[in-house]
Amino acid sequence: MAAPVESSGWFPALAIAVSLLKCLFINAYHSTDFEVHRNWLAITHSLPVSRWYYENTSEWTLDYPPLFAWFEYGLSQAAVHFDRGMLVVENLNYASPATILFQRLSVVFADLVFIYAVKECCTTVREEKAAKDLLRRPCFVLAVLLLWNFGLFIVDHIHFQYNGFLFGFLLLSVARHLQARHLEGALWFSIVLNLKHINLYVAPAYGIYLLRCFCFTQDNTDGSLRWRSFSPVRLVSLGAVVLSVTAASFGPFVAMGQLPQVLSRLFPFKRGLCHAYWAPNFWALYNVLDKALSMLGVRLGLLDVAGLPKASMTGGLVQEFQHAVLPSVSPPAALLCTLLAMLPALWCVWRWPSGGRGFLRCLVQCALASFMFSWHVHEKAVLLAVLPLSILAVESRRDAGMFLMLATTGHYSLFPLLFTPAEFPIKVLLMLLFTIYSFSALRNLFSGEGSLLHPLEALYLLGLVAVEVLCEVVFPLSPWQRTLPFVPLLVTSVYCALGVSYSFVRLYVSLLTQEVTEKTKRL
Amino acid sequence: MSILLGVLVRWGVSFNSYSGAGKPPMFGDYEAQRHWQEVTYNLPIQEWYFNTTDNDLNYWGLDYPPLTAFHSLLCAHVAKLINPEWVKLLGSRGYESPAHKLFMRATVLAADLLVYIPAVVLYCCNLTNGSTNKKVGTLLCILLYPGLILIDYGHFQYNGLSLGLTLWGVLGLGLGWDALGSLAFSLALNYKQMELYHALPFFCYLLGKCARQGLTGRGLFSLVKIAVTVLVTFALCWLPFLSDPEQALQVLRRIFPVARGLFEDKVANAWCSLNVLIKIRSILSSDSQFYLSFAVTLLAITPSSLKLLKTPTFWQFKLALVNSSLAFFLFSYQVHEKSILLAALPVCLLLNDLPLVAIYFLQVSTFSMLPLLLKDGLLMPYAVTSLAFLVLGTHLLSALERCTEAQLRLEGYRRLAAWLPAWLPRLDLARIIRRKFYSSLVLMVGLSVASVALPPPAGLPDLFPVLVSTFSFLHFLGTFIYFNIVQLSTPQGKQKTL
Repeated sequence: MAAPVESSGWFPALAIAVSLLKCLFINAYHSTDFEVHRNWLAITHSLPVSRWYYENTSEWTLDYPPLFAWFEYGLSQAAVHFDRGMLVVENLNYASPATILFQRLSVVFADLVFIYAVKECCTTVREEKAAKDLLRRPCFVLAVLLLWNFGLFIVDHIHFQYNGFLFGFLLLSVARHLQARHLEGALWFSIVLNLKHINLYVAPAYGIYLLRCFCFTQDNTDGSLRWRSFSPVRLVSLGAVVLSVTAASFGPFVAMGQLPQVLSRLFPFKRGLCHAYWAPNFWALYNVLDKALSMLGVRLGLLDVAGLPKASMTGGLVQEFQHAVLPSVSPPAALLCTLLAMLPALWCVWRWPSGGRGFLRCLVQCALASFMFSWHVHEKAVLLAVLPLSILAVESRRDAGMFLMLATTGHYSLFPLLFTPAEFPIKVLLMLLFTIYSFSALRNLFSGEGSLLHPLEALYLLGLVAVEVLCEVVFPLSPWQRTLPFVPLLVTSVYCALGVSYSFVRLYVSLLTQEVTEKTKRL
Repeated sequence: MSILLGVLVRWGVSFNSYSGAGKPPMFGDYEAQRHWQEVTYNLPIQEWYFNTTDNDLNYWGLDYPPLTAFHSLLCAHVAKLINPEWVKLLGSRGYESPAHKLFMRATVLAADLLVYIPAVVLYCCNLTNGSTNKKVGTLLCILLYPGLILIDYGHFQYNGLSLGLTLWGVLGLGLGWDALGSLAFSLALNYKQMELYHALPFFCYLLGKCARQGLTGRGLFSLVKIAVTVLVTFALCWLPFLSDPEQALQVLRRIFPVARGLFEDKVANAWCSLNVLIKIRSILSSDSQFYLSFAVTLLAITPSSLKLLKTPTFWQFKLALVNSSLAFFLFSYQVHEKSILLAALPVCLLLNDLPLVAIYFLQVSTFSMLPLLLKDGLLMPYAVTSLAFLVLGTHLLSALERCTEAQLRLEGYRRLAAWLPAWLPRLDLARIIRRKFYSSLVLMVGLSVASVALPPPAGLPDLFPVLVSTFSFLHFLGTFIYFNIVQLSTPQGKQKTL
């Protein structure tokens, strides 16, 4: 692939540009997550390790795995030079300019991991026809879609979290698997698993894939498993990698006998089925159906109003609540649904592995399945599915269409995170920027292969604009603002849930039909 | 999409602090604009420019022409709808709140969206050469010019409106719609009197064009059409003030404050820099200062204007705009450092043709405003936008590659060099300019860091602002000479196509 000399500089230019843009928003609104991380800086810096998971002066207790705590500890060493005040545990909601500057810059710097991972992903992209124009090359489009991802930008740099850092490791492990460097991929994945345990959702994909393709070194000619080719050495080496990372992270706490406490902090099942703002997943639809049925039941006289549970599911508190008509959902039930949803994808990878790409597809399915059915899902978790899907999107037309659908809907569902008026132009502008770019770039990539979106899908996406105008412009000026203040959130959540569920089903259909066609091709 | 990015960056900068934030009793330009809204809304037109009990001219009296006042009136009406507290007469002095800041920033954005940005887009689409990619690259670079963004959205002013109107004027002239162009420019003049810096090129270009078409017949007709347009525009803007000569005179007195001295603060022009060596302000009397600056300015703009009169092409016009505004900036009376924006706009228009020098100049112009930006607490946006502009500019416009002598339009030097005696060294100007660019960048970064990090020595409290302004002055002078050479050495018969 002969590249002209000047085009090699485009990646650093893109990365620098987006980093500079991130620096502009240092003074923008930040959510309570800012205080969360400040608190963790204080805890890890000022208290001995044995107190880290017991500390609860602040309501934002440490609920990420130990490796992230070590990361915060490292950051706190640098924080000392900015403002010692932020490292005092009692300084709740401390937000001096130096604190803000330090924390924002730490996110920007941590994103260096992400930038490196994106670079690695770009090298794995298959380019069938080498386009002369830089803007039409798949690796360029992928770089922009990942580096300038709208969701990551607003969640990390405005709302405040460290997702770029975490996704960097995840994408790096994906890239390594695509490059067939499996042990390294496993290493990066264990690291990210110990940084944020939400990645447990995609662990089954890793497990099954590595077992199938790494531990069993050969396939039969018809693609099925050759049981004899099991390599215990590989299994052991894999286990060693994972265990060593986990030991490094959890080790000290196991030694101090604090494991149950740590686990209880990591998995707080006391929180309700849905977050205060419902993530657009299956349970949102379930809740709405339940509410609708209960209202219908009351109207038709089938149900007694007094017998209905009073707690509002859409109130700001995250308590457990009961459903009125449909069966209530408990954590084990949600887990079961999630596992059932993941099973077909895992089965596909086991039965007909199609190399790294098949693994990636399975990963996306698992992430999306867990988003759809898990307990207490945050809407930010949709990024776990959107980012890996970008890699697939620049290579195949069908994936591109599904990516557009999922990404646009998922990104829109993040809008309620930034609810202040000053940030309104930012989120609209950034969203428009990303959406327009993704549509036009992907269309250019696959020009001549038909349109990417079904007309109904396009209509749905246009409907997002209407929902936005309704929720943020019309509704606040209407009389229902006071009586039914939760309606915009409800509408956004349900509308996006429809889109996400549709993408989920369609991705599955595409996965299964693809396997079937591949199987028939081989026969 | 470039528009979206440009707007996004502007709004991002607007998060930061503004001029005079939290600094009673006088605050800053932000409070000035808010005060004008208050004055224009509550007082009758006759009192706007006069010193009355309700309108204390010492507290940010109106000192821009009438169109600014009308614009403030419009904003005030909107403000009244949202929150009357913002424009309550005498009661709203020093009013500061997040909602109000949002409102004021929004007014700047609205003005930009309506006037400046469309002008830039149209200019790049119609009046620049090159492929679509090149045009978009130029558009992005112009929209991301840090100086304008920082002053309008940070320090707080409405330069986008006046510069936008001027740009519409340039567009009009470029596309051959002379009357519309002059209409736009007259509006710009009525918005900010500093647009006079651009007035001479407009005048010479139009006069030259009409002369070309023959002073009798079509030429005269166009001339009359333009003159009538200008006069009518002025009349319309000044209508409320023409009823009483005293009104008009008072307005003139407010917008041309000849009593204020040769310069204020540290500004990167000739007089301030000269003052470092020879204390001009104390030597000469106020009147002779005025006459001196008048004479020197006139001298500086004469070559460029005459050349434009002789060969009224669009290329010459653009160069003349640069030369004229730079001449006024360097040598005129009572110049503010923000006036460098008036020179920056024409240089932006030349980004496509002379990328290296344009980017160089634009970087230095932003740098020259550093002391002002530091006072407003705009260090981070300054650093970010300057870096972004530098990276994008050199990347998108391949500035560093396009700097052979021919491309720098220095054929004139070549011809001059042929006359010089053989023993004088032949300088490779292209390499010199490139080296100077790099070294200047290093110096600028160094000075910026030093201004922030190091406290000035005890005996020289103004050391850093003075260093910044002298550095900038030398660069501006160099740029002035360069552009003059380029303009004057363009061969007579060469008609640069649009």
